[in-house]
Amino acid sequence: MIDSFRQRRERMIQLKARREGKESDVPRKHIGKAVFGKCPDCGAMVPKTELARTLYVCPKCGYHHPVGAYLRLSMLLDSKSFRELDEKLSAPNALKFPGYDDKLQAARKSTGLTEGVVTARGKLDGRMAVFAVMDSRFLMGSMGVAVGEKVTRAVEYADRAKLPLIIFTASGGARMQEGILSLMQMAKTSAALARFSRNGGLYISVFTHPTTGGVTASFASLGDVTLAEPGALIGFAGPRVIEQTIGQTLPEGFQRSEYLEEHGFVDQIVPRGQMRETLSLLLQLHEKRGGEEHG
Amino acid sequence: MAEYTPGQKVAIARHAGRPGTADYISALFTGFFAQKGDRQCREDPAILGGVALYKGRPVTVLGHRKGKDLQENMTYNFGMPGPEGYRKAQRLMRQAEKFRRPVITFVDTPGAYPGLEAEARGQGEAIASTLAMMSGLDVPVVTIVIGEGGSGGALALAVANRVLMLEHAVYSVLSPEGFASILWKDSGKADQAAEVMKLTAQDLVALGAADEVIPEPPGGAHENPQAVFVAVDRALSRALDRVVREGDFAQKRYEKFRGMGSLYTGRDKS
Repeated sequence: MIDSFRQRRERMIQLKARREGKESDVPRKHIGKAVFGKCPDCGAMVPKTELARTLYVCPKCGYHHPVGAYLRLSMLLDSKSFRELDEKLSAPNALKFPGYDDKLQAARKSTGLTEGVVTARGKLDGRMAVFAVMDSRFLMGSMGVAVGEKVTRAVEYADRAKLPLIIFTASGGARMQEGILSLMQMAKTSAALARFSRNGGLYISVFTHPTTGGVTASFASLGDVTLAEPGALIGFAGPRVIEQTIGQTLPEGFQRSEYLEEHGFVDQIVPRGQMRETLSLLLQLHEKRGGEEHG
Repeated sequence: MAEYTPGQKVAIARHAGRPGTADYISALFTGFFAQKGDRQCREDPAILGGVALYKGRPVTVLGHRKGKDLQENMTYNFGMPGPEGYRKAQRLMRQAEKFRRPVITFVDTPGAYPGLEAEARGQGEAIASTLAMMSGLDVPVVTIVIGEGGSGGALALAVANRVLMLEHAVYSVLSPEGFASILWKDSGKADQAAEVMKLTAQDLVALGAADEVIPEPPGGAHENPQAVFVAVDRALSRALDRVVREGDFAQKRYEKFRGMGSLYTGRDKS
């Protein structure tokens, strides 16, 4: 009975991940029978089957294509260990913002997601953890009330269950259509993480491309350990706004993962192919050993 | 009383003659001792803060500082702090907790500074850690939005037990110009943005993001600063008494921000 539930859940995540792989943002091109993905960075044409094998990293230049939340989870979790949290949670159009309801519906339809973040419990290399994975395809991964609430609930779940928390960020920042309530999610998520931290919880934050605005200025920057995928755009203000403000062109590589590492805001840059083993090591290094203390 | 459109309120909130943090500090507090510097890198004059006496009792008071003219505004960077400003704010608030004094903050900023060096020194991290730290402070915290409260740069000084707003103050996820630029690719549509953003004090109270509106004299605070000082003093004193009476400062503040925004859980029929 329990097994069949697990199998069904497993089939669901596999199905959703496969769909995301098929419909990922990688620009497609059909040549003969094969489908090729074009790398926006170096222009290389790579068969989609190979991209799936390289975890959507360009084999020529190492460009990391953005990936959907379920696809990301399927790259990380042990099979049959996935359990989604608060799957149906959403928020009303509190400001009655014109056109917002339609925009949400369209995003739901095109992505198959309810909101811009998927939260789950699952095992990574045999160790249980709580995950929140943002999806930039859903209204730029912007944070409104629902995203803030799902992240906060994931933090609280990890706190209660005494589990490590791993968050993959990808967001344009606060969701404009929910106005001041979006802004308040920055305080809500940060307050929950402060509490989790005081209670001894481990939080690993992973920046992926792009992470800017209110998400950078709240939960994304509060990790005990902070990782980033190579080449990700990470910042508070977007590059366009900065250029307009200071009236000059920004240097090459500004606000990229490597720049943040150099300036002391990222522990390590981890390529996607090594993410799982890196997280596994971090979980092992922080494992609480029942009552045993260093003498 | 005259009714103003949200766009007009934005203009009043930004009026050059509107009293700012420094004016409130000298009108409402005595013995103000300014504390400068983040102890890591530099002093950010866009945030003014220190210790002072409020009704004879020591408090930590801080807020965004705008200038009255171009010269002052260049010095104070138009009230837009860099990471150092937020790190100084953290230093001051930690001291407030250590010495058991309430924290009073004044919010008046277009937003945190979007500049190259601000990014290089971690504007995002500075705001995030200020939010996290402020949320857990075990002393009373009262915030008054006196002018414009723009985005995370405003919120970083506003994780308070009580958030009060002047009648014509505005507080929003982004400046109306930035909002129009993001959503409609046209920063000229700021007035239209102000209409839909729900950024007035009255809107914020209705949405639960602010607690109370402090009335302003006809025409706005700059028309009669003395009257505003009296009104703010009265509201602040009442808010502080109330927070002290309720006790359990960190827990109460946590609950306040935990409850921001209503939800569909997927179980309700809607």
